[in-house]
Amino acid sequence: MRKFLPRRLLLILALLGTPALADINMVIDKYIIANTAAFTQSTANLAISAQKDCTPKGMKAAFHHSFDAWVRTSHIRFGPLESSGEVLATVFWPDKKGKIPKILFKMIKDENPVVYDAKLFAGYSVATRGFFALEQLLYDDKFSNFSADSYSCDLVRAITKDLSRIALQTHAGWLGGYADLLRNSGAEGNQTFLTEKEGPQVLFTSLLGGLEYIHRQQLGRPLHKFQHRRPKRAEAWRSNRSLRNVIISLESLREMATILADGHAWESMELFDSTIAYAKKLDDDVFARIQENSANFQLGSLQQMVGATHEMVNAELGAHLGVVAGFNALDGD
Amino acid sequence: MVNSRRGFLAGLLAASAIPRLSWADAGNPAYLAAAREADGTFIMVGLGRDGQDLFRIPLPGRGHAACGHPTAPEAVAFARRPGTYALVINCVNGEIMATMQAPKGRHFNGHGVFLSDGDTLCTPENDFTKGRGVIGFWSRKSGYKRIGEQPTGGIGPHDLRKLPDDDILVVANGGILTHPDKGREKLNLDVMQPNLAYVDPIKGILELVELEPDLHQNSIRHMDIHADGTVAFAMQWQGDLSEVTPLLGLHKRGSAPKLLEAPFARQMGMKGYAGSVSYNGVGDTVAITSPRGAQVHFYTRNGDYIGHWKRRDVCGLRDLGAGFLASDGNGALHRISPDEFSLLSVTQRAWDNHIVSI
Repeated sequence: MRKFLPRRLLLILALLGTPALADINMVIDKYIIANTAAFTQSTANLAISAQKDCTPKGMKAAFHHSFDAWVRTSHIRFGPLESSGEVLATVFWPDKKGKIPKILFKMIKDENPVVYDAKLFAGYSVATRGFFALEQLLYDDKFSNFSADSYSCDLVRAITKDLSRIALQTHAGWLGGYADLLRNSGAEGNQTFLTEKEGPQVLFTSLLGGLEYIHRQQLGRPLHKFQHRRPKRAEAWRSNRSLRNVIISLESLREMATILADGHAWESMELFDSTIAYAKKLDDDVFARIQENSANFQLGSLQQMVGATHEMVNAELGAHLGVVAGFNALDGD
Repeated sequence: MVNSRRGFLAGLLAASAIPRLSWADAGNPAYLAAAREADGTFIMVGLGRDGQDLFRIPLPGRGHAACGHPTAPEAVAFARRPGTYALVINCVNGEIMATMQAPKGRHFNGHGVFLSDGDTLCTPENDFTKGRGVIGFWSRKSGYKRIGEQPTGGIGPHDLRKLPDDDILVVANGGILTHPDKGREKLNLDVMQPNLAYVDPIKGILELVELEPDLHQNSIRHMDIHADGTVAFAMQWQGDLSEVTPLLGLHKRGSAPKLLEAPFARQMGMKGYAGSVSYNGVGDTVAITSPRGAQVHFYTRNGDYIGHWKRRDVCGLRDLGAGFLASDGNGALHRISPDEFSLLSVTQRAWDNHIVSI
């Protein structure tokens, strides 16, 4: 081998040598950090908007905007968000036992002063915090008729401030060291990602986990059993975001898959595209109408398409990255 | 039991074929663990307390747990559920000494244990034609010939252990009905009823322990046993994952089981699934792993939650001095305790579900 290679050849060799690592930096910068930044920005706006006008009328636009941003970043649950343990404080769903309305009622009745201390509120019950408590305050008739000088208004402000803190903390966690750990997967002294493969592995697992969440939770819960189709088991049904959350999730996951695949998983991309196109053609209220056969059939079809996408991503992208998802986690024995 | 002449001779031959080797001849491994190598092949590994390989033996397929003979360097590697064969492997030279075939209509579950005589191997089996669990008994000195069986008192037995002071077996009857024609599909989740069974090899079932009815979907699957006879049992929740249930219980014969839980969000983080359970070497701490939740939870032996440790796809867990040895699907072995953790080794292999002690 020649001692000095032409610069262009060096570049080509560098690109050939470590495709997975190059992709990781792209995923971190263009996907993860871009999304936590947007989430931070939009929740800051949410908190500001609550200061200006805390009533449902004044809050809805910012609510949707920040919820959209959450859904885009929601599939990256490892790292700072996981360490702080605040996923539940962001989205307490499903709330099978109806804890949110119970505790909101009690707080409002008692005018619980915890809302006036951000630190105390951050340690308070997860059922009073995050998007789903906020959704009930803004969209559920039981709560939503409050005025700007009411206790509920202070509660809305506390929730939005808390969400903004969680977002900022997560974003800062990525910038302040976690991103570098992931970039330097397998480097000496890296105790979080012990081998070069663990970086791509955790991203791949997040991608599949996201698809599984759509399949099992967002679609699986309301579809439940054929005789028991439950519109109120849908995610964020009060604010009519059930379909919107599915579409944004799919689009966000497609974006991540595109970067990771780097042109090597075209069948997965085709399935992503057709699934997203199908979801976008459905009516906004398809989840609300799930007890009708046509809507039920449509959501069932969408669920199958998501399942097929999951299967293809698992096979195609797993082969490209040379990783498998959850050797033990998926064995289930 | 009367042996036929042929059986007797076969037993003699098998016995004489085994040189008097000890585990020292296999490098004195402290543990056995199955793994998948980077090239996709499967192996069983003998490990030292430092997490280093002492021997590697190829396996024909993916393993689950294994069972080491108490004194002779022999390991029984069971095909994973619903496999029907088990291999008895000489850990000094890697030779297969015997192949055990599950009787017709039965399959193994990846676990097994020797009685204190060192001769009788006990295997939990699924009798899928009758939809019940049985413990099969096999005689080592007769070349691992089947010599009898006992019902387990439940469906879908998974792990099997022995109480420390006598030959009473403890079975984790997972409660889940499966049939090999349908792979691992769960056929009775609505009505499943797991239990913990204490079984005398001769007299049969001595005690059955069930949980409260609202926990009937909490499949009891793995165990570890304290020197004082307390059984720590790990569970896998088959119900709705939005219900957060205990995944670890402690039971001592004749008393009610005690169920343990971490604080709500932590408990939820286990994703309803405990993969392995172990006491530490001094018996004051008990821990469970969750590969799905990517964490280990530690409790005192009295059942108080101590804390957690995070690691992706962590599953295998055994005592290592005052702490634990933990293995994961990403190739790492860690020495962990509630206070500290240290990496012992990392390879390109994926460690399988369990680590067993020798």
